[in-house]
Amino acid sequence: MTDKPRKQIHLAAHFPGVNNTTVWSDPQAGSHIEFSSFVHLAQTAERGKFDFFFLAEGLRLREHKGRIHDLDVVGRPDTFTVLAALAAVTDRLGLTGTINSTFNEPYDVARQFATLDHLSGGRAAWNVVTSWDAFTGENFRRGGYLAQDQRYERARTFLATAQELAASWRGDEIVADKSSGVFLADADAGRFAHSDAHFDIAGRFDVPRSPQGRPVVFQAGDSDEGREFAASAADAIFTGHGTKEAGQAFYADVKGRLARYGRRPEELLVLPAATFVLGDTDAEAAELAHSVRLQQVSGATALQWLEQVWNRDLSAYDPDGPLPDVDPVVGEPSVAKGRASARAYKDPIATANEWRSLAEAKHLSIRELVVEVTARQTFVGSPATVAATIDDLVQSDASDGFILVPHITPTGLDPFVDSVVPLLQERGVFRTEYEGETLRDHLGLAPLPAGAR
Amino acid sequence: MSEHLHLSVALDGAGWHPAAWREDDARPADLFTAGYWVDLVRAAERGLLDLVTLEDALSLQSDDPWAPDDRTDRVRGRLDAVQVAARVAPLTRGIGLVPTAVVTHTEPFHLSKSLATLDYVSTGRAGVRVKVSTSATEYAHVGRREAPAFDRADYDSPQVQQVVRELFGEAADWVEVVRRLWDSWEDDAEIRDVATGRFVDRDKLHYIDFEGPQFSVRGPSITPRPPQGQPVVTALAHSTVPYGLVASQADLGFVTPRDAADAGAIVAEIRGLQQAAGRAAETVHVFGDLVVVLDDDPATAAARLRRLDDVAGSEYRSDARIFTGSAAQLADLLEEWSAAGLTGFRLRPATLPHDLLQVTERLVPELQRRGLFREAYEATTLRGHLGLPRPANRYATGAPVAAATTA
Repeated sequence: MTDKPRKQIHLAAHFPGVNNTTVWSDPQAGSHIEFSSFVHLAQTAERGKFDFFFLAEGLRLREHKGRIHDLDVVGRPDTFTVLAALAAVTDRLGLTGTINSTFNEPYDVARQFATLDHLSGGRAAWNVVTSWDAFTGENFRRGGYLAQDQRYERARTFLATAQELAASWRGDEIVADKSSGVFLADADAGRFAHSDAHFDIAGRFDVPRSPQGRPVVFQAGDSDEGREFAASAADAIFTGHGTKEAGQAFYADVKGRLARYGRRPEELLVLPAATFVLGDTDAEAAELAHSVRLQQVSGATALQWLEQVWNRDLSAYDPDGPLPDVDPVVGEPSVAKGRASARAYKDPIATANEWRSLAEAKHLSIRELVVEVTARQTFVGSPATVAATIDDLVQSDASDGFILVPHITPTGLDPFVDSVVPLLQERGVFRTEYEGETLRDHLGLAPLPAGAR
Repeated sequence: MSEHLHLSVALDGAGWHPAAWREDDARPADLFTAGYWVDLVRAAERGLLDLVTLEDALSLQSDDPWAPDDRTDRVRGRLDAVQVAARVAPLTRGIGLVPTAVVTHTEPFHLSKSLATLDYVSTGRAGVRVKVSTSATEYAHVGRREAPAFDRADYDSPQVQQVVRELFGEAADWVEVVRRLWDSWEDDAEIRDVATGRFVDRDKLHYIDFEGPQFSVRGPSITPRPPQGQPVVTALAHSTVPYGLVASQADLGFVTPRDAADAGAIVAEIRGLQQAAGRAAETVHVFGDLVVVLDDDPATAAARLRRLDDVAGSEYRSDARIFTGSAAQLADLLEEWSAAGLTGFRLRPATLPHDLLQVTERLVPELQRRGLFREAYEATTLRGHLGLPRPANRYATGAPVAAATTA
């Protein structure tokens, strides 16, 4: 262990999203849609020498009991458009967008990422997600439903097809020689033909090879299929795990899958999402963390959370009172639509019983219980404690770094950059200057040879 | 200043002439860099132009409008126009940004939010040029539907005209969906009411429930109503069916008259269609498109065009009239054509940056001397430059019915 070189940590900034982790009610909280908020967070991340900026996506406003969910942040910009604009106000920061493989076509997505990579000088990344719900599909031409066995298959094929398009230009075709009059050295540049069960397309791709060759690819799924997909095709995976041991097990598992695809362990980075609360001392941070949790879980939010698990109306219950005595309705989620968390509790009756016992034992109200059982902040402590914790998790192979999710927009990352980043730099585990130009450079991924996918 | 005319420039590659990339001042190796587009749009902004349009397509350029030509002696390859506009937006302050969107192969839901976002990142300077795709090449690239049977030799036949009507009908639906989505959030929907824990007033978010032959869209948008309320919708039109799209759904149409009389006839036709669409009271601009080859000495311009044609190996032809001459001569022509009813112009520089700089450094001062063009930006939004009011939201309670942009 002592001889092992210390790993360099990778850090990213996640624009606060539409979950209740984002505290919009704080007096400091700014706009979630004005461009100035995006500029502030991106420039703060770049000041902190972060690897990249990260944007999530949701293509239909969430609903709760048949009405638009109104307790959390609602509204977000278009991913490609805001990332292209951010490329104008940053120089080195990677720009990662979450783009769905169900409600898009490979030709369009490939040209969008190639464009973003050109316009940012090689900083584009794609977090490939797949969804299948008819609910979101109601906003799109093709509708949404995909049979269970086709979901990853379509995502895999979509990604492979988009990569094929990106690789259809080698990178040396544009000569643009004014005197000889040769613009293109190859009359076949961009030629492609792809035919499978999902896509049947052919022709010539119209965006020349971008600086990175193709976007860096992220994958989020935690299922066995998701891990295998990541091992075969992704450059980074950002699934999170609660404890150091669980993180290490996940890390070993996904890195262990790479060899069968002829890939080395450093070719897939494990970058879980993480939240944080900083204080001058650990005790102050803990106190602050509790008050943030109360901001995140209002009485109304607590009741709605319970309704997602119970899958029924609980509006008659008092969030400051005891848990409902009625049991959850088992079956297709009917209460909450447009969110993944509704599917997270696979056995709602068991969950309800577990929570009732917990509430009884600790004398917890509905709101207190939800504060207790829903996601806590990943890192809570003084800057020194948080820096040491992050370093330890990375050095002990629980991750390669973290995608940090501030709870205040847009200034929530400022204290981390001001206080934790310098400590990581002192430890010699985080860059003090960008050493490369592209996101692949920042992530330690070798440049792609021309024509490689 | 109603006597002012509106002026815009259409940016495409190294310029509209196929040999433009071989000019001494051309930057063909930079076409895929952000800096190239930033420099051009900033130059246009120094000339106080209303807007620039950015060409786009889902296929490589071709000299043959109906099929790929696989030429290697022309500029080939391009970047997504909405993203180019977004990349330029934070680095400019006044000029309108109007990228092209191919409506036939794209999701109105995606484009609605990307154009709304362009409006946010440019603080109110976004527009779009909607474009119908008839190229079999593009259908094969996207692979979602069969290309229409299009006998190009027989454009005026009833069968082809039916296809054209269907494609433009779909484009009208596409614009309708995009416009409804822009309005699907009322301006004051975000309330941040800490007392009740509500971030939005959901009574101010609206399903759009559009149902059409090609798509149905439920809404609301995921993006709040953009700064202009409704970004500016434009279309290029050459005949009656597309004139109808301009008249029924657009704020601005680009047309290609041969001369002043033709301009007058086209404007009259669009005004008639506008009235028929129930939009007589609304401002719909009609801009004349011209390819411009400009030099201080008209003979130099004519010689330059001949030289460009020689380099290209054939005489350049365009759907728009090709103007060759001095900026002062062009100003005369613009005056004459605007007297025929055009409210502004979209100039297509034959070469870049030369003909763009002729517009901003020669034509604009000439028009200013004649009292025909602004001395400074008088508004901060594209709608403002065009004299278009910020429209009421069609879904807002109490909004006057007449203020809705479409029926």
